[in-house]
Amino acid sequence: MTWFDSPADAAARLTATGYLTDHATATTTFLAGALEKPLLLEGPAGVGKTELAKAVSRATGAELVRLQCYEGLDEARALYEWNYKKQLLRIQAQTGGAGDGVDWSATHDDIFTEEFLLTRPLLTAIRREEPTVLLIDEVDKTDIEVEGLLLEVLSDFQVTIPELGTVAAVRRPFVVLTSNASRELSEAVKRRCLYLHLDYPDAARERDILVSQVPGIDDKVAEQVVHTVGRLREIDLKKAPSIAESVDWARTLIALEIRELDDTAITDTLGVVLKHASDHERAVKELKLGRTVPGKR
Amino acid sequence: MAASPSPGRERSGLLDRHLAFIEALRGAGLSVSLAEDLDSVAALGLLHWSDRAEVREAFAATLLKKQAHRTTFDTLFDVYFPPLVGDGARGSGAPGGDGGGDDAGEDDDAGPPAVRDNAAALQEFRDRLAEMLQAGEYDEAEMRQMAAEMIGRFGAMPGRGPGLSSWSAYTALQRVAPQELTDQIVAALLSNQLDEDEATRTAARRIGRFTRQVEDDARRRIAEEKGADHVADVTVRPSIDTLAFTSARRADLEEMRKEIFPLARRLATKLAKEQHAKRRGPLDFRRTVRASMATGGVPLTTHHRPKRPHRTDLVVLCDVSGSVANFAQFTLLFVFALREVFQSMRAFTFIDHVHEVTPYFRPGADPADVLADLAASTSHAALWGRTNYGRAFTKFDEDFGDALGPKTTLLVLGDARSNYSDLHEETLGRMVSSVRRAWWLNPEHRRNWGTGDSAAPTYAEVMPMLECRNLVQLEDFVHRIVGSAPPR
Repeated sequence: MTWFDSPADAAARLTATGYLTDHATATTTFLAGALEKPLLLEGPAGVGKTELAKAVSRATGAELVRLQCYEGLDEARALYEWNYKKQLLRIQAQTGGAGDGVDWSATHDDIFTEEFLLTRPLLTAIRREEPTVLLIDEVDKTDIEVEGLLLEVLSDFQVTIPELGTVAAVRRPFVVLTSNASRELSEAVKRRCLYLHLDYPDAARERDILVSQVPGIDDKVAEQVVHTVGRLREIDLKKAPSIAESVDWARTLIALEIRELDDTAITDTLGVVLKHASDHERAVKELKLGRTVPGKR
Repeated sequence: MAASPSPGRERSGLLDRHLAFIEALRGAGLSVSLAEDLDSVAALGLLHWSDRAEVREAFAATLLKKQAHRTTFDTLFDVYFPPLVGDGARGSGAPGGDGGGDDAGEDDDAGPPAVRDNAAALQEFRDRLAEMLQAGEYDEAEMRQMAAEMIGRFGAMPGRGPGLSSWSAYTALQRVAPQELTDQIVAALLSNQLDEDEATRTAARRIGRFTRQVEDDARRRIAEEKGADHVADVTVRPSIDTLAFTSARRADLEEMRKEIFPLARRLATKLAKEQHAKRRGPLDFRRTVRASMATGGVPLTTHHRPKRPHRTDLVVLCDVSGSVANFAQFTLLFVFALREVFQSMRAFTFIDHVHEVTPYFRPGADPADVLADLAASTSHAALWGRTNYGRAFTKFDEDFGDALGPKTTLLVLGDARSNYSDLHEETLGRMVSSVRRAWWLNPEHRRNWGTGDSAAPTYAEVMPMLECRNLVQLEDFVHRIVGSAPPR
């Protein structure tokens, strides 16, 4: 199966599912599908990295298998695990039923079969015969050792299980890795992936995203939100507002029935977009909101 | 015995150019492996060559693996795969296809441009430029065309000797002076119902962009003339994390400052992980037995008691004289961004007098404010106005000697240029012997140590001195003092 026919096709089909792409994203997504290489997405939080994987799965009708990474993630959680309890039961049932007659090698062969295998996301994605999007979320949160585990999957699309042998992919999944770059990933992982840095969208695209994501928003407010968020990103803040946060903001304004984003409205709802006290202070100073505030404090 | 690779086949020059581009990327510090190189070729095979933006993204997706390298990548891409050829106008029909770097003959054929550089032409051009920059929306292609025209007309320096480039962005920018158009553009934008701040910012942004395009265009023309490799060697700056503090320009400093916090965060994560990994202490018998219930009493996983984390007291002594001011600010800011990995931390600045600056680094404070406060406090650190390391150390020993203790790590930041004054290295020696560990970070290249008034060799005998010229070296160093500190 080809995932997308061309960058333009990728852009059109992703847009149809509600994910608005820019040129770079569309081209890279197309390439990831055509070259059958994993796609590493890096960028600040909340710019739509995870969302892109979901959009690909929606656009192509593939199922999304997700591996959420965290500190302490190990083989047993990422790849596969043997079901110890079931294996124990099996051994006990056998010895109980037929006495000592059953020899050990038969039992051994018996308990390391598919029946006792618990597949975790990576193995699941590889074994699936239907189209699959494999999302490995926040890779930078894992320990270095897990990257080693990923290498076999990412380069050869196979997993080696000592007792069963090598399981190779029947159909290569579309792999998306996301990272906030809180740790530098190893060269080995990067070399196997296509790389795309997702950044905040330009004003026009962000306005389109708002309009498509927030029903009932009128153009003027959308314009104002995008404009203010753009300003906030220019000031250097600890945590610049993400797309997700500007969408939240727009929703908040709708809920509060604010039709005009003036200084008072910004001051009142700034908490939706800025999550640090020092960022708050700085925004008030830079946007010159101070003039309207003293009366309220 | 294998025949030479298909001697009959014609070479388009495209492959050579591709390889030269890859070489240039490697030269600029990007690690491009053979596998990635092959990927990029495979990717290009799937795309239409006619769309330059697509080609650029395909290269970026396959070759680039770090956002910090993006600027370098873009510059080199423009040099090797220029958007225009020659003056642009005649090349725009079929911009592709011109292969190798040596088409020097082609450049001279156009002769003098249609309109020569004279006062009337300059005025006419400035008017058109102002008009374009004032427009509500502007498009990239038009701007690039304007930049090309500007270099072609006002940046040409024909008749220069061989080896000197005949295009200059500097000359063109001096002549046209787009900065002077600011007021005019602001006025026009104001009438476009933008408020004043906004208009000023927009104008500055547009002029900045245009200036960058003019510089790009000059680079492109020089590349056309002298071969891309030459330009790649000469004009491409190192990426921001390997750029030396002392040679950074204003814009670079701004970019570096933005890098400081992400860098500190990455380092903190790394350190926390490593400490976590090393934390495995003695066996926790109870937890191990309890966990073994799940596996029928077989202790498959063992649990351990955590070790007490080991932390560091840090005292930073920092030269803030003009020559190293940038370096000092970055280092202080970086070390303070890592506040949570040190148990306690005090910072002092000096020129010839010592001044404590710890209070400026309030938790959660805004880095820009902190830097401004630091700059303002510099005046306290100077009594006589000339760097004097000897006096500063003596002063520190007298006034703040109690800051140092057996658990302290002492960090001195400075270039050790002391204006030929008395060095008082024995005072520093006494300070060093009273602390657990001590390091001196010097922002100068090692080969310059000991030249002129540099007292680096003398001080290096008293305490270990390290070269620390850019963000990468700084990060490595902090990793060393916190991460792999062998407890003594």
